[in-house]
Amino acid sequence: MAYSDKIRAIYDNQIQTMVDGGILKIERYIHSVQDAEIDVEFPPGAPLKRVINICSNNYLGLSSHPAVVKAAHEGLDARGYGMSSVRFICGTQDIHKILEEKVTEFLGTEDTILFPSCMDANAGVFEAILTEEDVMISDRLVHASLIDGIRLCKAMTDSFKHSDMKHLEKKLILHADKRVKLVITDGVYSMDGDTAKLDEMVALCEKYDAMLLVDESHASGFIGKTGRGTHEKYGVMGKIDLITTTFGKGLGGASGGCVSGRKELVELCRQKARPYLFSNTIAPPVVAGVISVLDTLSKTTERRDKLEINANWWRQGLLDAGFILQPGDTPIVPVMLFDAKLSQDFAADLFAEGVYAIGFFFPVVPNGKARIRTQISAAHDRHHLETALAAFIKVGKKYDILGKTKNEVIEMYGH
Amino acid sequence: MPKKIYEEIREQLVSIKDAGMFKTERVLNSAQGNEITLTDGRIVTNFCANNYLGLSNNPEVIKAAQKTMDDWGFGLSSVRFICGTQDIHKQLEDKVSQFLGKEDTILFSSCFDANGGVFEPLLHPESAVISDALNHASIIDGVRLCKAKRFRFKHSDMEDLEEMLKASHDCKYRLIVTDGVFSMDGDIAKLREICDLADKYDALVMVDDSHATGYVGKTGRGTPEYWGVTDRVDIITTTFGKALGGAAGGCISGQKDVISLLRQHARPYLFSNTIPPAIVGGVLKVLDMLTNSSKLVRKVKSSADIFRQGMIDAGFDIVEGNTAIVSVMFYEEPLAIKVADRLLELGIYVIGFCFPVVPRGKARIRVQISASHTEKEVQECIAAFEKVGKEMNILK
Amino acid sequence: MDAIRDAVLEYVIEEYMEDQEEEITFDTALISGGYVDSFSMLSLKRFLETRYKISLPDNRATPEAFDTVNKIADLVMEFTANK
Repeated sequence: MAYSDKIRAIYDNQIQTMVDGGILKIERYIHSVQDAEIDVEFPPGAPLKRVINICSNNYLGLSSHPAVVKAAHEGLDARGYGMSSVRFICGTQDIHKILEEKVTEFLGTEDTILFPSCMDANAGVFEAILTEEDVMISDRLVHASLIDGIRLCKAMTDSFKHSDMKHLEKKLILHADKRVKLVITDGVYSMDGDTAKLDEMVALCEKYDAMLLVDESHASGFIGKTGRGTHEKYGVMGKIDLITTTFGKGLGGASGGCVSGRKELVELCRQKARPYLFSNTIAPPVVAGVISVLDTLSKTTERRDKLEINANWWRQGLLDAGFILQPGDTPIVPVMLFDAKLSQDFAADLFAEGVYAIGFFFPVVPNGKARIRTQISAAHDRHHLETALAAFIKVGKKYDILGKTKNEVIEMYGH
Repeated sequence: MPKKIYEEIREQLVSIKDAGMFKTERVLNSAQGNEITLTDGRIVTNFCANNYLGLSNNPEVIKAAQKTMDDWGFGLSSVRFICGTQDIHKQLEDKVSQFLGKEDTILFSSCFDANGGVFEPLLHPESAVISDALNHASIIDGVRLCKAKRFRFKHSDMEDLEEMLKASHDCKYRLIVTDGVFSMDGDIAKLREICDLADKYDALVMVDDSHATGYVGKTGRGTPEYWGVTDRVDIITTTFGKALGGAAGGCISGQKDVISLLRQHARPYLFSNTIPPAIVGGVLKVLDMLTNSSKLVRKVKSSADIFRQGMIDAGFDIVEGNTAIVSVMFYEEPLAIKVADRLLELGIYVIGFCFPVVPRGKARIRVQISASHTEKEVQECIAAFEKVGKEMNILK
Repeated sequence: MDAIRDAVLEYVIEEYMEDQEEEITFDTALISGGYVDSFSMLSLKRFLETRYKISLPDNRATPEAFDTVNKIADLVMEFTANK
């Protein structure tokens, strides 16, 4: 072992620098199931505090739903705890094939391949289907896991300004000579809550003979009239070549992800995607839970409808109160505060009021665009939202930012 | 939708098939275990799972997973830093640290992700990774994502490792990386010699113990215990997806500062949900079982010894080793496949491994012994191999 | 030199600026200031290489060397001079 005091000091210093810069991330320990209300230990060692949670990806409120837990119980009884094998040796059960088929049907695609997480799906998909003769053209704000996948792939990279269709078109023209042009976008952008203009993107891809990949992690299960995702909202189901998504957010929130799309592309992923070849697939209890989620969502839109009503009520309530919001129509509602420190102070005051939300600042969001990102869930009842809104208004008054313009807020608190 | 690409991909798939490298999946209509049910209803004995301790379908583990879900729910719907860390995740990290004899532990959704995230935060361009040539694919991917200089030493060749340590003398930090047990041959890395060299050349040592944690070493602590170098290995990565229940999840264990830094910077940790409650509950149970008793550890070792000796006595060519992985060499690709197919007809489920998973001309059947195999099952497996060996006239 | 600086600044504004209220100068920190992510830097590198018919090795095309228009222009000058 060469972990000398010298080396320890180096890593210790690196951590201390983060503490000093106020960027050290500290985990909140939760002593309850994930739900509208949770018991939080923060800071570590503090007594538990029951708070309303408005910062989870539990969009449909299924993370601790009894029906899902029951299905996972039964999955354990019927198909065991683990596979202890990768898919190609002896790690594929009938329920894995069933889940792949159900996802295909739900998303309206041709075929689906499961991954241990959507991070792994994104890490594996590009290298499996693209070569050096190809180009990946991604929106500048796509999720970090897509960027990792892009980094692992030998195809050329380029990017376009966030949701800027003119810029995208320029890039498609610029790369006309490539064998394959793959356009890459999130369906719903997690920090702003805006949606990609998939109808326009599909039209551009058709015009310039390009493929389109959409990461639907923050959309699957609740965006669109029947919750199929952003492609349903924009009327382009069946026209997306590749969808990647997660079961770790709206669809139960446990773990797992997938690539769903054209059957040739999915088959190539099965043959070549490294996280698929070299890692266990999703464990039986999680598979059973997700199957029950998809069955429920295929039968009724009740939960996504409630989520939509909740999100609209929340957005309107904040606007009426005089907050500045990032425009959008998803359950992700960012309350703009611009200054990093204000975002942290605001979140701390909300926590004291029994409302748990997170302030995000550079480099997670652009400089000067710090915010509290709120995420609404179908698990929220009206009284949760009313309490949370009252807390926002109380804290907003304390900082005197209600009804102020962006420039006025920046004048008071900087950015 | 561009038509051209789909045609090209179809051609690519055909050429994979023509080369005999097209992978097809066998679907199980049952839980993982000694006896598995295939889709045609046949029940066969499984000798190709990483289910070394036989816990993948253990009733106590299942009960623990169910109980944990009742108390902690199905999923977290959040990454660790937002609202995705439960009390049980801290408990599991503490238990793993204790079990592996390290200061601290960080969980990942898989060991693939642990290996994908460990290098980039720790090693900068002026540092070096010195990696065994046969290390697992996930280590290779992790190294590809980091900017450190890369050196490779011949598999388990200590002279070559020393050469690489000399060649990298001007790098700021050097990290020697090795699998603890190499999955295709079942051999154990020479950790004592590696640690000696690391001391001599002031390098750090990292071991991926995925195929060892839970059953290698006297009490199943893995290859560092086997060699008595637990406190000399700096970083251990391992999985809960093999011996420790086999569901999912992995981790990195090591000095607490290193783990703290990984919590801040390791990308798969920051951008993905952690292990869901049901799985955490199961792994906690497994670690309790292993801490209380080493019976399963002894069982898998003695069964593997019986199998290994039986196969040698029968006249098979066996890769030398001391683990529950017993590779039976057939060298020619078609022969390995033919033997595996015939064994399945006899009710023994094993897989033939061919290029590119193993080098060309080194085709084999990898048999994996589990603590849940009865002695009768082990003997039946040897007998089946012997029968096929005689049929095909390949015994020495 | 001035021509290079102007051309680079124009490209950066056209290629990277999202909203028009922000003003950038020859000395604005592009990468550490969050205007250009290190990932999009690749297209900037490609632009320079095509436009000035140079080849920038990876160990010189670092986020530090690309952080301001002035630094980028210096780098381009160096490589066009060496040609």
